[in-house]
Amino acid sequence: MSAETYPGQDAVKSKGWLAAHKWLLIRRGVQLSVLALFLAGPLLDVWIVKGNLTSSLILGVVPLSDPFIVLQSLLAGHLAATTALIGAAIVLSAYVLVGGRSYCAFVCPMNIITDASRWLAKRLDLPKGWQPVRETRLWILASVLVTASITGVMAWELLNPVTILHRALVYGVGYVWTVALAIFLFDLVVSRRGWCGRLCPMGAFYGLVGTVSLTRISAQNRTACNDCMDCFAVCPEPHVITPALRGVNTNVGPVILSGDCTNCARCIDVCAKDVFVFDLRFHNDAPKGERRDESMQISTDRHAA
Amino acid sequence: MGGPSTSQKSAVSRRRFLANVARAAGGVGALSLVVGLFARQAQSLPAQALRPPGAGSESDFLAACVRCGLCVRDCPYPTLGLADVGEDVAVGTPYFVARRAPCEMCDDIPCVKACPTGALDPSLTNIDDADMGLAVLVDEETCLNFQGLRCDVCYRVCPAIDQAITLEMLHNPRTGKHALFIPTVHSDKCTGCGKCERSCVLETAAIRVFPRHLAKGRIGAHYRLGWVEKEQKGESLIPGIVDLPDRLPGSFGGGLK
Repeated sequence: MSAETYPGQDAVKSKGWLAAHKWLLIRRGVQLSVLALFLAGPLLDVWIVKGNLTSSLILGVVPLSDPFIVLQSLLAGHLAATTALIGAAIVLSAYVLVGGRSYCAFVCPMNIITDASRWLAKRLDLPKGWQPVRETRLWILASVLVTASITGVMAWELLNPVTILHRALVYGVGYVWTVALAIFLFDLVVSRRGWCGRLCPMGAFYGLVGTVSLTRISAQNRTACNDCMDCFAVCPEPHVITPALRGVNTNVGPVILSGDCTNCARCIDVCAKDVFVFDLRFHNDAPKGERRDESMQISTDRHAA
Repeated sequence: MGGPSTSQKSAVSRRRFLANVARAAGGVGALSLVVGLFARQAQSLPAQALRPPGAGSESDFLAACVRCGLCVRDCPYPTLGLADVGEDVAVGTPYFVARRAPCEMCDDIPCVKACPTGALDPSLTNIDDADMGLAVLVDEETCLNFQGLRCDVCYRVCPAIDQAITLEMLHNPRTGKHALFIPTVHSDKCTGCGKCERSCVLETAAIRVFPRHLAKGRIGAHYRLGWVEKEQKGESLIPGIVDLPDRLPGSFGGGLK
């Protein structure tokens, strides 16, 4: 990109470009594959998946439904048919296994747009702009559910840019691109990472799933951390890193337990010291002998203060 | 420095906590109001937009439909589509416009079978029981049959010919010696498929399908139609009533039976 330093530079040097972008590439691959599966039907007449992210049918057999949408429907007063309930249970179980907000990082079509917006904002050196508190999305989630129960219709689905965008991609409807553009510009000039990081109630919902989900990122090798701060620079939710990475002194385990973590694994990519790995949430005991590494503790204290 | 005492501290944090809760509650309230009002507005379905078979009332449908489009995918005709942003129909929901492409009334009702949520009621197994809307001959001034011509196209294409649409013969006062064959819709048989509207030969259809609540009048609950009551009872409701002679137009003063 340029001669100046950028996050992950050390990792590129020590591991090579490919290894330092492994999870980013996997993630983009999964995002595009999901989209390709949905598009293969309408474009190539290969119907592996039919429907869209709110509800779909795989190979004409396995139903999938978005539990967040089905929950809205339930609160609006409609007990969905068995197909949708089974579909929602399958999807919910899957995200309990792989991590709640893995949806945001690996599946949601909006992620590509907000990541692009973030990339451009950094290149243009735009100010971060409006940064409402992170809990805002939880309150919006509450609003969405309250509105559904009071109005008796899925009110949020009239506005939800995520489902509108995916439907537009799969069904090729016209004006919906305005929604994608609106979110892109909002993230670019109004509030950097504002949509995914602060507002999206769908992300908040999957974040709640993430508080119990199995697969988590762990700063297992945190004593090797040299405080280069690259993981904080690339992380979409940097506040989730601190407790796990800096937990040596505070006696906090190395697993990133916060539901806000999207499991995007970009921290694994950019870390030259291989501090981060995918792990299970139960493997949260501090590795043996961790505290003995005095030199690292000092360096940790310096930045954590 | 000697910071504030614990009770002072907790009083401050309690105040801050309450302020935050109040702010959040206010925010939730405001946002819910905006979204709720928007939802109310979006519930008004335009008259020419018809829901697929098995859809309930508009508010029930908007609580149940997740806008996945599986009904659209399984519709074998170009009938169903999903509403785009900026249309008057709630975004992402399936609908059809009869004049563009009517429901072809498939026997196996694939759209209903495809629906994962039951927004299209799976208990609808006979397409003749569908209620997507009701055909109304809205313009007698342009309908060719009303002019005494034998167009009959709406009657001919009706999947429930002679049941949902019949031709009622009337005297043609213009010629004085011909008949008018008036297409007449029967609401108990019409499914609202829209084939009549689609095939109306006029540049703008004289017969159109509307959602039933727009197409149908309702008699006051207190109304009693004497002849119906009489038929149900099998005899006059008031026994011994004297049936006085009817005076017909043009009959002379003493036109007794």
